[in-house]
Amino acid sequence: MKLILNIKSILCVLLLTLSISSKAQLVGKAEKGTFALENARIHTVTNGTITGTVIITDDKITAVGTDVTIPRNAIRIDCSGKSIYPGFIDSGTTLGLNEIGAVSLTQDASEIGNFTPHMKALTAVNPNSVLIPVTRVSGVTTVLTVPQWNLFPGTASLIDLWGYTPEQMFANFDALVLNFPSTGRRGRWDRRSDEDIKKDAEKALKKLNDYWEKATQYANMYDKANGKVMYNPELESMRSAVQGKTKLMVNCNAKDDIIAAIKWIEKNKVDAILTGVNEGHMIADSIAASGLPVITGPVLTIPRSNGAYDAAYANAGILQKAGVKVAIRTNENENVRNLLYHAGFAAAYGMGTEEALKAITIVPAEIFGVDQEVGSIEVGKRANLFIADGDPFETKTNIIQVFINGWKIPMESRHTLLYDEFLERNPGLK
Amino acid sequence: MNKYILSIALLCMAFFMKAQDKGSVLIKNGTLITITDGIKENTDILIKDGKIKKIGKSLKAGSGTKEIDAQGQYVMPGIVDAHSHIGISAVNEATAPVTAEVWVGDAINPFDVSLYRALAGGVTVSHAMHGSANAIGGQCETLKHRYGTMDPEDMRMEDAPRTIKFALGENPMRVHGEGNNISPSTRMGVEQVFRKAFSEAREYRNQWNEYKAGKTKVAPTYNLRMETVADILDGKIIIHCHSYRADEILMLMNVCEEFGVKKLVFQHVNEGFKVAPELAAWGAGASVFSDWWAYKFEVYYSTAYNAAILTKNGVLTSINSDSGELIRHLYHEAAKSQKYGGLTDEEALKLITLNPAKQLGIDDRVGSLEEGKDGDVVIFNKHPLSIYAIPQLTIVDGIVRFDRANDQKDMRVDIDPEASIPSYMEWNAHDHDKCMQGVFETLFHEH
Repeated sequence: MKLILNIKSILCVLLLTLSISSKAQLVGKAEKGTFALENARIHTVTNGTITGTVIITDDKITAVGTDVTIPRNAIRIDCSGKSIYPGFIDSGTTLGLNEIGAVSLTQDASEIGNFTPHMKALTAVNPNSVLIPVTRVSGVTTVLTVPQWNLFPGTASLIDLWGYTPEQMFANFDALVLNFPSTGRRGRWDRRSDEDIKKDAEKALKKLNDYWEKATQYANMYDKANGKVMYNPELESMRSAVQGKTKLMVNCNAKDDIIAAIKWIEKNKVDAILTGVNEGHMIADSIAASGLPVITGPVLTIPRSNGAYDAAYANAGILQKAGVKVAIRTNENENVRNLLYHAGFAAAYGMGTEEALKAITIVPAEIFGVDQEVGSIEVGKRANLFIADGDPFETKTNIIQVFINGWKIPMESRHTLLYDEFLERNPGLK
Repeated sequence: MNKYILSIALLCMAFFMKAQDKGSVLIKNGTLITITDGIKENTDILIKDGKIKKIGKSLKAGSGTKEIDAQGQYVMPGIVDAHSHIGISAVNEATAPVTAEVWVGDAINPFDVSLYRALAGGVTVSHAMHGSANAIGGQCETLKHRYGTMDPEDMRMEDAPRTIKFALGENPMRVHGEGNNISPSTRMGVEQVFRKAFSEAREYRNQWNEYKAGKTKVAPTYNLRMETVADILDGKIIIHCHSYRADEILMLMNVCEEFGVKKLVFQHVNEGFKVAPELAAWGAGASVFSDWWAYKFEVYYSTAYNAAILTKNGVLTSINSDSGELIRHLYHEAAKSQKYGGLTDEEALKLITLNPAKQLGIDDRVGSLEEGKDGDVVIFNKHPLSIYAIPQLTIVDGIVRFDRANDQKDMRVDIDPEASIPSYMEWNAHDHDKCMQGVFETLFHEH
């Protein structure tokens, strides 16, 4: 008897050790199945707000409405007094690419060289980045992760923030990135004279045109030779963009640069998205006239030195009111979770809650051509959504549960785990 | 000729030495968030000659006093930022591990447009700090945001206690160890910088005391660096120490304990939550970011719940900006402590008002709406912890310094037509360590 007890207690200890060591992984395991989210305020984004039920079956939303039959095998989650929103989309980040700011060997967002269009962000996405759980528990389910700095830094990819390989995370959109030659200063440390800056910009524009022409010639040659061309990864990676088959993301911020970029896009008949567009509010009507969609942000940023103090807060709203299709990005890494507040500030400073909500849900989905898959709560879409206890833009609102591709995501991250461990530290003082 | 120059100089001095502007204003029917005495609905607040004279119902101002109707709006004390680098034209004297002799108060720039942007976020007082390149950096200056005045002297918060910047960890190690191949290059070395400086200063002070007592005949050589460190030992200067890791925080508390130094506030202190019981027991303050982390290795093991854990463990805690961007929405940064740890409205707002005021030793003047305190007030259209809140009016010493209804597009005091406009705003994420301003640029962009 004693022996059995001892074996039992040993087993208990063993089990305990096991459960403790399973906590040593980053976060717990996700669950998949059939979920019924009942009695919720459902902010569909595309079909108004209703009180009712959302059914998730495997990776899809299979029912939305006030009168929904709950499948017998469903795990029921009562959402009385809670709200459901589609997962938020940040249309410009370096998430997955960069880990620790000042540690260069953890920075994968920018390859050496100015002409590196063959770099693919998806290749370097680290599915196990500590930053990813920190981000997704705030309701950001999907981000565009973007190579940085160079003239053609590479291809950006849309990823869902759940998965164990980049392929599992890939959300069916990528685009070539162009940092349009800037006529502005790069920063405080940029001590070039005004004349040098102008010269450098002209040189860069000439370089851009040269590359573009080469890529166009390559694409023509490729078609004529049925793909039997010499190995040229740079030009190959630009082929579909110069032929207008995939999108080109053109980053520009200063007013004059935006104007020049639009001209360049029209001249070269590119299927483009404007990104950055910090001074877009100065020329909102001409951007609207171009018909180009805009991804603007960060919203929480200082104005250019001659700008109104709230210029960046108000920019997205001004563009949207002028008729531009506007999505919002943070351009952040470890604090992509603040996307909610970038949108919230845009909402407060003129855009309004409804439009700001669209700017991080259905509008980016449309811009990326994945609006049949994500961006709203609709039957047939992938189950990227979250439950909140209020307006998610309000700072004190808690995000209670996130689903990505139907996976019920563990609501843990380094930040919550440290809180759990240290709020009441044991031992305390002694 | 000399006489002529002298008289002009005297004239100029007379012009600049004018008394600081103080104003009077009556704010009617607002919802007052007093911080120390709860919420007062439909209440008036009278500011007379720069000071809060009366808080109550149906107050009357003398004729000629400006009246503001705050019906349906929220009136709170001006926000205090315990860590910033705005309003100064130099940040880092990164030439030695100890530079206690320098003082950012010698580099006040009243024309910095960041001051206006801070006012537009309701911030009326900021602690302009030396950078974090040195273990013992320079002395700091507490500024009142009297933007619009041209005289640097008018920006100082008169009679605010002296403060000095200390720094632990990567920054002094990188600048002096990696950069110049001298100690400190480790956290062990950083400790010894303090022990040496404190010991030498104690010796220096003793020598002077002996000389003053007539025990020695020759006066010791005057040394401003040692004078300053000795003033720290004498409790005349509050230490504000840039810090991240738990071990180094404990180290400085131990060293200070040994040398009898009691006035200590940790800045950033990302791992403060790990040693919250020790901080509380020691009586050290903590001034933290709401959610910044991962911008360098020593902040990789951070949590946005830091402010909440510290507060709930009884540590005097504030939330600071260290940034010309964040300083514009500290009310929002404070609200994050409600998402990350569920602080009450009052606890959250104390993080940006009374608590930083205490950490700067100016809580008898600012940080709450109380009769007798400075007339520093901000009026919001909605509750300041709401994302939809927009500061409408910011008042310093009874003078309206920001008015959203009358906001000029370009509020630079010194408009320089030659200045071309930087395009670095989109790289905020890479601009975190403002404490390394001056150093970082030299190390990484000019070499």
